[in-house]
Amino acid sequence: MSRPTGSDRAARPRVTSDPVTGDWETGHWEMVVGLEIHCELKTATKLFCGCPNTFGAEPNTNVCPVCLGLPGSLPVLNRQAVELAMRIGAALHCDIRPSIFHRKNYFYPDQAKDYQISQYDEPINVRGWLELPDGTRIGVTRAHLEEDTGKTTHVGEGGRIHAAEHSLVDYNRSGIPLVEIVSEPDMRSPAQARAYATELRAILVATGASDGRMEEGSMRIDANVSVRPRGSTGLGVRCEVKNLNSLRSLGRALEYEAARQIALLESGEPVVQETRHWDEETGRTSTMRSKEEAYDYRYFPEPDLVPVVPDQEWIDRVRESLPPLPSERRKALVSLLGGEVGDAQLDQVRAVVDLQLDGLVTAAVERGAAAPLALARAANEVATDAERGARLDPASFAALLVMEEGGRLSATQSKNVLLDLLAAGGGDPEQIAKEKGFEAMSADAVGEAVAEVVAAHPAEWEKFAAGDDKVAQFLVGQVMRRTKGKADGKVVSAELRRLRG
Amino acid sequence: MSAGPSRTARQIAEGVRSGQLPARAVVDEALAAIAAGDGQVRSFVSVQADVAREQAEAVDRAVSTGADPGPLAGVPVALKDNLCTRGIPTTCGSRILEGWRPPYDATVVTRLREAGAVLVGKTNMDEFAMGSSTESSCFGPTRNPRDATKVPGGSSGGSAAAVAAGFVPLALGSDTGGSIRQPAALCGVVGMKPTYGLVSRYGLVAFASSLDQIGPFSSTVEDAALLFGVIAGHDPADSTSLPQPVDDVVAGLRAGVAGLRVGLCRELVDDVAPDVAARVHQAAAILGAGGAVVEEVSVPELRLGLSAYYLIAPAEASSNLARYDGVRYGLRVDAPDVAAMNTATRTAGFGDEVKRRIMLGTYALSAGYYDAYYGQAQRARTLVVRGFARAYERFDVLVGSTTPTTAFALGEKVDDPLAMYMSDVCTIPSNLAGHPAISVPFGTGTDGLPVGVQVLAPALGEAVLFRVAAALEAAAPASGAR
Repeated sequence: MSRPTGSDRAARPRVTSDPVTGDWETGHWEMVVGLEIHCELKTATKLFCGCPNTFGAEPNTNVCPVCLGLPGSLPVLNRQAVELAMRIGAALHCDIRPSIFHRKNYFYPDQAKDYQISQYDEPINVRGWLELPDGTRIGVTRAHLEEDTGKTTHVGEGGRIHAAEHSLVDYNRSGIPLVEIVSEPDMRSPAQARAYATELRAILVATGASDGRMEEGSMRIDANVSVRPRGSTGLGVRCEVKNLNSLRSLGRALEYEAARQIALLESGEPVVQETRHWDEETGRTSTMRSKEEAYDYRYFPEPDLVPVVPDQEWIDRVRESLPPLPSERRKALVSLLGGEVGDAQLDQVRAVVDLQLDGLVTAAVERGAAAPLALARAANEVATDAERGARLDPASFAALLVMEEGGRLSATQSKNVLLDLLAAGGGDPEQIAKEKGFEAMSADAVGEAVAEVVAAHPAEWEKFAAGDDKVAQFLVGQVMRRTKGKADGKVVSAELRRLRG
Repeated sequence: MSAGPSRTARQIAEGVRSGQLPARAVVDEALAAIAAGDGQVRSFVSVQADVAREQAEAVDRAVSTGADPGPLAGVPVALKDNLCTRGIPTTCGSRILEGWRPPYDATVVTRLREAGAVLVGKTNMDEFAMGSSTESSCFGPTRNPRDATKVPGGSSGGSAAAVAAGFVPLALGSDTGGSIRQPAALCGVVGMKPTYGLVSRYGLVAFASSLDQIGPFSSTVEDAALLFGVIAGHDPADSTSLPQPVDDVVAGLRAGVAGLRVGLCRELVDDVAPDVAARVHQAAAILGAGGAVVEEVSVPELRLGLSAYYLIAPAEASSNLARYDGVRYGLRVDAPDVAAMNTATRTAGFGDEVKRRIMLGTYALSAGYYDAYYGQAQRARTLVVRGFARAYERFDVLVGSTTPTTAFALGEKVDDPLAMYMSDVCTIPSNLAGHPAISVPFGTGTDGLPVGVQVLAPALGEAVLFRVAAALEAAAPASGAR
């Protein structure tokens, strides 16, 4: 799309979507983003050979003639990889179809055969969608299988190939199964793009297809970005941005790249279609490959493999075996909380589902715990060690929450006991509280302690009584000290306010 | 040049298995023949004498302890040098694989070892199997044992010549567009290309993956059938390997041709040299005399084969040969950066014919040209398949010539690639269709050089193919100096 005409611009208020305020929802320019996300599948072995699919082994130890691309070697497709790709397709509401592999030809040292076996015009999954937490649906064009390349390390001069003294190639990653999930250009802001990537990651983890670890490169994001005048339906000239190593990079790179394109268009320059490299240090994108330098991949059907034709029974089995997806699990939690939740609780719901702790919360509520308390403890305390949280006995967790809710333990004491439960995977909270000397303070005992503190600190009490809430913290602190932490802070505050009248 | 092998593979295996004939003596005889005669023929690029003697001794030990030494016990076999052999250089006749020793054996090599065969050496070939004369090898040409001024054909010219010279009774080659059958015809030996998918390609260095197939060379049809039986069969390491069991092709070999419907294929006779065509007609007459119903048939689609082949094969080759980039193995010519190193290595490592086909194939697959070239070639390939299918509704087998002429002179076609490509015109259709075909020596041309008659069968028609071949062999006029 060309830049807006003069009359167009004159007719509109000169408001540029502002990368500083992140206001991409309004303004003259609209950002259009599509994401291509590669995820490594959690198979036991590689896509076309029997080498183990593990991360972090000594370089070039998980290799064989096939994944090294030695002359005469041939690929044999991994059935488990096909099944996991189908799980991803099912979770993204895709059509799962008969598919074939193509060769994508280009020279690069970490490409063992100097071609990549990938899916081209007949991919296994097409036409799906993903629902963001706010209900927006982002289209999924396709999710196809392909093999990963090896990993090249350029030694010397900043790690870019042009200035390197030499390069080292590790083929352990060569042939690791990948699914590339290509979205429609349906996203309109960095926040939305991040929400999509976050949600996709949660889906990949929930289906068991991938561990979605961006820091280990098991999930990698490329972004296609263009801008257009808001209200226009055509697409602008896009740039593909690579090297986005975190969700933060994704957001920053989109901000930068869209602003760059807007600046070009506003100064009358065209956007040139190209591939750009995101530099985390400088916070800029720079040209990697222009359109003229773009590879001609010379795709053709891979003659060493046969078509993949999953029968309907297999497809049905995969669809039926899918666990509840994050969006459904969030809805379930929200209904557990009574159906209406505020932003703070919605954040807790997302966190708990992301960390796979929603099962714990649900089980605790079924055993009598109050839903808001169970959610809060899971999202805050249990979340600090989600791995142990996943193993925590819900009955113990529920019993503890019932004690706290009933006023038999203060919040501080409850959190303290929770640490022990997490460490042991469960236990009897009554017993642990007893051993720790935690006991319920009667309302009378709390009232007594508060009266003592009021008497001991008349100046502070007067200020508080006069309406200065800033000293409340001090007074509560003094009560906690006097009761050695056994009093419940909330009960103490309430008592202080009651005395104030 | 040679009296030919003193014994067939079957005779050797029988002798060794029964304890009458020491495998060690057999291999010593073969090694001596190679040492004496291969200086002129140059069929081998490497001979593994020590390994071969050890293997032979192991066979003899097995025999002496009463263990089954396998159906090819003690039979010396030569391997085309594009079959991977663990620890033994595998060059494909190319400088670019200089110094490379595969860390694994091709499936066919494993099967030969398990069958008790003795692997004596690796044979010369056109570089990466691209050629029809074995002149594009980086080791220089192999000579035709029937006439040292002639080419042995190609690309498996070394294997054909090693059998024709009597150095070994059996050899393996690979056939992408005729690379087994054409040199077999020119050297006067039997050469057979199996149905695509019957013999595992695992460990065969790829030229054109959808066309490549490994097959046997031998002096007799029975020996070819024996070797085929050993190498054929499902291999999970090759996704294109067919899962079904392979027919026993030896048992019915002498069943004769009575009642068989034989099509004399005009496209495989009309355009060949008259003296060669005469032999094909003579062969058809023999089959008729044997009780077959012989009729002429025209399959015009076969004429599309050559041009389709010279797009599909180079296209696949351009991709298959990309991996020779100097990064991991073989030749590396150093340069300041990776791309320059790739270019320098490939420039020095590949010969002219390989470069020509890489360029041709790269062009055929390029954006904007794919449909007009590669796509169109695939459609032509489909037509060839349909033409065959129509013919096989009426016929059990087709017969024709294997080659347009008898062996041509060394150097005659090296500067004329198109003339060279024409040598494969009769053999290419079977590769495009994935069908089996065999070349049987059948007398000589007016120049006294061997003529090969080709028998073609539909997919998995190996049993009838060998049966017809055996009938031709039994009635064939002498095909050369033997």
